[in-house]
Amino acid sequence: MKNVKCECGHINHEGTVLCEACGKPIEGNQHIDGNDDNKVLNMRYEGSARRSRTYKRTIIDKTWNFFSSVKVGVWLIALALIAAAIGTIYPQEEFKNSVLPSSQFYEEQYGLTGKIFYQLGFHNLYSSWWFVTLIALIGISLVICSIDRVVPLYRALKNQKAKRHEIFVRRQRFFSETEQTSDEDRQTFMNNLRKRRYKITEDDGHILAEKNRFSRWGPYVNHIGLIIILIASILRMFDFMHTEGYVWVREGETKVVPTTDQEYYIKNEKFIYETYDRNDERFQEALKNEEFNVPSNFQTNVVIYKVKEKVTLGQEPELEEVARGEIRLNQPLTFDGYSAYQSGTQLRSEYNLISFNVENGEGQQIGMFEFRPNDDQRTYELGNDYKAEIQEYYPQFEITENGPSSFSKFPRNPGIIFEITGPNVEGERYFYLNEDVVPLSDDNEFQVSLEDTQLITASGLIIKKDYSLPFFLIGATIFMIGVAQGLYWHHRRVWLHPKDGKLLVAGHTNKNWFGLQKDIEASLKDTNIEMVKDQQEKF
Amino acid sequence: MDLNTVSSNALYAAFILYLVATLFFGATIGKNKEDKTKSKASKIAITLTIIGFISQLTFFFTRWYLAGHAPVSNMFEFIAFFGMMLVLGFIIIYFIYRETIIGLFALPITILIIGYGSMFPTEISPLIPSLQSHWLYIHVTTAALGEAILAMSFVAGLVYLIAKVNQTVRSKQTFWLEVILFFVFATSAFILITSSFEGAGYQVEFTQEVDGQTNTIDYHLPALVEPDGAELRTEGAFTTGIEAPSWMHGENAGSKFNTLIWSILGGLVLYGLTRLILRKRVAAAIQPKLSRINTDKVDEIIYRSVAIGFPVFTLGALIFASIWAQEAWGRFWGWDPKEVWALVTWLFYAVFLHLRLGAGWHGEKSAWLAVVGFTIIMTNLIFVNLVIAGMHSYAG
Repeated sequence: MKNVKCECGHINHEGTVLCEACGKPIEGNQHIDGNDDNKVLNMRYEGSARRSRTYKRTIIDKTWNFFSSVKVGVWLIALALIAAAIGTIYPQEEFKNSVLPSSQFYEEQYGLTGKIFYQLGFHNLYSSWWFVTLIALIGISLVICSIDRVVPLYRALKNQKAKRHEIFVRRQRFFSETEQTSDEDRQTFMNNLRKRRYKITEDDGHILAEKNRFSRWGPYVNHIGLIIILIASILRMFDFMHTEGYVWVREGETKVVPTTDQEYYIKNEKFIYETYDRNDERFQEALKNEEFNVPSNFQTNVVIYKVKEKVTLGQEPELEEVARGEIRLNQPLTFDGYSAYQSGTQLRSEYNLISFNVENGEGQQIGMFEFRPNDDQRTYELGNDYKAEIQEYYPQFEITENGPSSFSKFPRNPGIIFEITGPNVEGERYFYLNEDVVPLSDDNEFQVSLEDTQLITASGLIIKKDYSLPFFLIGATIFMIGVAQGLYWHHRRVWLHPKDGKLLVAGHTNKNWFGLQKDIEASLKDTNIEMVKDQQEKF
Repeated sequence: MDLNTVSSNALYAAFILYLVATLFFGATIGKNKEDKTKSKASKIAITLTIIGFISQLTFFFTRWYLAGHAPVSNMFEFIAFFGMMLVLGFIIIYFIYRETIIGLFALPITILIIGYGSMFPTEISPLIPSLQSHWLYIHVTTAALGEAILAMSFVAGLVYLIAKVNQTVRSKQTFWLEVILFFVFATSAFILITSSFEGAGYQVEFTQEVDGQTNTIDYHLPALVEPDGAELRTEGAFTTGIEAPSWMHGENAGSKFNTLIWSILGGLVLYGLTRLILRKRVAAAIQPKLSRINTDKVDEIIYRSVAIGFPVFTLGALIFASIWAQEAWGRFWGWDPKEVWALVTWLFYAVFLHLRLGAGWHGEKSAWLAVVGFTIIMTNLIFVNLVIAGMHSYAG
């Protein structure tokens, strides 16, 4: 490393454009910030030695320089923006809401453009390798851009002295030169700046008035916030930070909570579905136009149990209640780090009970029995030696080429064949389907009728554990602080430089020059010091 | 008068007040700076604007009281609220910069936006369970406020472009500027056409077979395009017989497409007539009126609106949105189209700020960026809700 010693005695890093201490332009480095052709010095990063502007030989240098360019960063953001927008042209695979496989769905639904969308892999755009890579590149750019600038900037602002080199002062954008000034004038000027919350440092008659330096860190603070968010989203891929499961629990049913390693059980005590009253005065106008009732509540009342002691497979574990509550949309239930969210419902879609009434030929009642699809009981005593027995049970009945069968194991449309026997009667068979009972033989001793049915709702619950949330929240908070810090405050400096009986005044701000001008103008009131002029050529 | 009438009358009153205020802002044109802010016209204009804003607030809170929930739960309510935030944004900008010309553009745009929103069903509707949360008004109002402040940068950008773009020769700039102005005409046409036919009670019925089911589709405008594969049921009603493209599957896609064509045709007619009368580009006709404005200040407004709007938007449309999504759906981010477009908006304004602060994109470049930004916001508001299906499209 070739460090450069300035005439003021400060030792600067290689590649420094303006001495960190006195601001004197360092010979041979002026092209770096384009100071050769301009009267006004480029003060963006205080003329500090940025790695990307200094080293350009090795592969590492070149990679570093590529990512440290704001231009590259902006391009990456623009590409991500366009890609993200393209992904919304047609629904992503997870939202397609169709039983068709994607290879058919997009073409059938949207024609040729849909087919192209699918073939380019845009149906899974946000998890595609190239989109994720793009986001990762933005992350890398964020880190490198920030480090490349914040380190030398910090050094320059820390080492700055009140006493600046004359060239530095003369080549500031705001500058003035006054032949004759009194000490009083200077005092007034300083006091006025102090009133405007400028901090004054003095060195050998040279004065630096400075305020809001912290606003210079704003961009880096907000980038740190974003980096924390990106890191959090990587952490979230690991199970110890984030797990997700889905479980359907029927009313009355108790199930293992997924992703909890068999440690928790959940019982659906009751599902509540409510709709808005069509006669409600407030909403009747709007509800008139609705074909279906508008739901007002989806709610599952649940009990959460924890397993007391682990048992071997097949044994019933001993359960202990740990939580009880109502899960509604927008109101999840939290227990031991897990949260359960109301997500899906199959409203009164499954039979919980089908009961039959059995009478003899004269219409006298023999007995009743209740078939519960989810129980194991399949024979029923009707009393006086009468008996009913389930012979065949198809939970979701359908007729296929091979005869009757079941589409699923869920009792959504049960078909039942049962037999009734009595003291003097041979078995007589009956068939139940669609809330109707049909005898399977011609002359019947019994009259069997449907007594009652009970439908239950299956509630779909998302089970989540997510320890990454606080990191996202911290990242977002830091981002917001950084944005405000950088946008709403301005780093302003004024230098007073006595030279051969004259007084040079210079001013610099990172933005809002109008504000700095007002500050100086007001502070110069009642003095004979010349107001600064804007030396920047207008574009 | 019951509260319901009070509520809707308050919105009408606001609408009219904004209209009258625009005229007074117009009267300040051509005056130099000192006269402009001190003139009677400008004082009346800003006073009317504030009264209009208060009137719209009255509408907002009475409706809140009537519905029992914040009136930001459907398209009409949201757009009306967005319009109100535009006015708020303008009032703030006015008191910082005292630039009356911004009002001359901000208020008509607000009027068009509120008018557009009023074409959607305006009945007070109940909240579906997924919207029953305090985050509804926290998230939606903050997001709308952010978008409205960002939209102020578009208003300033438009003023800047009309004032600055060289109108002596045809160029890409003059072309695109006319395109922006055309949208103003098309939106006006949409409101005029829709409300006239609605007022006349026009209705035509079609039936359409979808998967063996027969759907009935009502048209409230004469059918320039029919729904795909549909049959006319209203006897003797006008139809061109042209069908909407078959890939437009969505419910009411045909009707929406028909309305779009009406709006564009109507816009073309209005725009064409204006051009015929003016005998020059619309922007070229406005330009001389803006000769006295301080374009540096307008440029500053473009930046300031983004500097204020960006954090507010981030908070409302991304942070609060994520918190609510986490609470309602158990995931704070899910690549739902509305979420994606909020991200697109955010990324775009991030680019705006980097270019402005890092690469010195001031003036005209900034102004064009502000226009693109507003296009993105409008896409998110209208296109995503009405065309792309997603979890947020309850509003359509």
